[in-house]
Amino acid sequence: MIDLLALSPAWWQETFLIKVPIGLLAVLLPAGTIVYLYLFKAISFMQSRLGPMEAGPYGSLQLLAEVGKWIQKEDIFPSKADKFVFAAAPFVVLMSTFLLVVIIPAGPDALFVDLDAGIYFAMAVSSVSVIGILMAGWSSANKYSLLGGIRAAGQLIAYELPLILAVVGVVIQAGTMNMQGIVLAQAEGEIFGWGGIGNPFILTQFIGFVIFMIAVQAELTQAPFDMPVAESELVTGYLTEYSGIRFLLFFIGEFASAGVFSAIAAVLFFGGWYVPGIDPASQIFNVIGPLILAGKMMIIAFLIFWFRFTFPRFREDQLQRLAWKFLIPLSLANIALTGVLKVAA
Amino acid sequence: MSQLPGLLKGLKVTFKTMIKTLFPGGLLKPIPKPSEGALTVQYPHVKEAPPPRARGVIALHEGNCTACMLCARECPDWCIYIEGHKELAPPRREGGKPRQVNALDRFDIDYSLCMFCGICVEVCPFDALFWTPEYEFSELKLADLLHDKERLGEWMETVPDFEEYEDGSEQKVRKVPPT
Repeated sequence: MIDLLALSPAWWQETFLIKVPIGLLAVLLPAGTIVYLYLFKAISFMQSRLGPMEAGPYGSLQLLAEVGKWIQKEDIFPSKADKFVFAAAPFVVLMSTFLLVVIIPAGPDALFVDLDAGIYFAMAVSSVSVIGILMAGWSSANKYSLLGGIRAAGQLIAYELPLILAVVGVVIQAGTMNMQGIVLAQAEGEIFGWGGIGNPFILTQFIGFVIFMIAVQAELTQAPFDMPVAESELVTGYLTEYSGIRFLLFFIGEFASAGVFSAIAAVLFFGGWYVPGIDPASQIFNVIGPLILAGKMMIIAFLIFWFRFTFPRFREDQLQRLAWKFLIPLSLANIALTGVLKVAA
Repeated sequence: MSQLPGLLKGLKVTFKTMIKTLFPGGLLKPIPKPSEGALTVQYPHVKEAPPPRARGVIALHEGNCTACMLCARECPDWCIYIEGHKELAPPRREGGKPRQVNALDRFDIDYSLCMFCGICVEVCPFDALFWTPEYEFSELKLADLLHDKERLGEWMETVPDFEEYEDGSEQKVRKVPPT
């Protein structure tokens, strides 16, 4: 795209004037859209109610009103709280979300960094948010927060493994960990010799997709895996002592992560920025690619919120049993099967 | 995974509710109109009429009140303020004695204290207090929530008419005096 406009910006211009604002937008815009469209509206329709209608047409400016409300609140610190850790926790969580955006490709040239170990980097970085949550729970000097933080640690660590193992199946099939390579493998692949729609990995890796979505639901501490933030039991779990801008950072981080993980799922299983019919190397994908990726991301994010609203909460031991005794063996079987079929075919 | 059919059924229920709320005309007319499909009544744009026996605010029919103070005494919150004095009314018949009547000076109900329990209405032996379904009387100042005698008399216009009892129930005498 930069070549299209015949610009040759210096390194610092490219980073700070182009990549950083786009990166910020890539995190905040999906977060905002997902919060409004799904959290406020779609869940309301599932409950036969309307959701916010007063702020702006059909309540579209409700998010702005919420942000304004949270910003003007008093910054409360529990007196026994560990100040530095308490303050740093939201930033750790947000940092992992922003780092995840870096490797998502939105077009053949529209990406931030082309890492050869793209998906490996993504999985590693997403584990950093666990530390942020533990920091929040511990430093709040509140037994409910501590319980929430410990439940979160157990849950998030348990579901890291199915998340990673589900992705390994895709990596075996694509033959590369590079995210752009995974998209191209789907774009240029063939189903039994017919290359009409490429080879979206959802067809062969359906089990992997299901495991990935369940693990993502748990990683985002969304219901039915929201024990750490079990509203009716723990006040807000590890978020109890946070108010004002700090809570807003956690809130944005949660929904931005939902958007980012959905985008990763779109890249891994649904072909990312590719739609069949157009040559994958053409420049037009640099323009419509981000839009296509955004569309696929919104559809997958809908799944996350649909499950969030439909199912009741798991108990902590049921949650752990599901991860260790069911998802991990299933994903290992998936990997074995994929490996065998890849070598045999 | 024996719970799988149940899980899928749950997903179907929520999805169907969403579609029904978004497209109240059915999927044949896919125009999203959630304001019709949802069960929400968007107050204050749309107001639901409360049932006639709803307890909104209490009205006073001054002509029936004899300042007996029963309502003020029985009110659990002590929110009714009554002041009255004794007067001599002219005798009913020629050559009779002037009789003593109670005249009502002040009858205030403090709606910032009132808990709308209705004990005053039940207890009044002269049927001077009535329920009305009016509920929109918020004020900007707390002191304006003290309704004096005139205002309570104005509420009488909103008292609904006597409702017919169902068939077979004990018929009672009409309670609301015609204005």
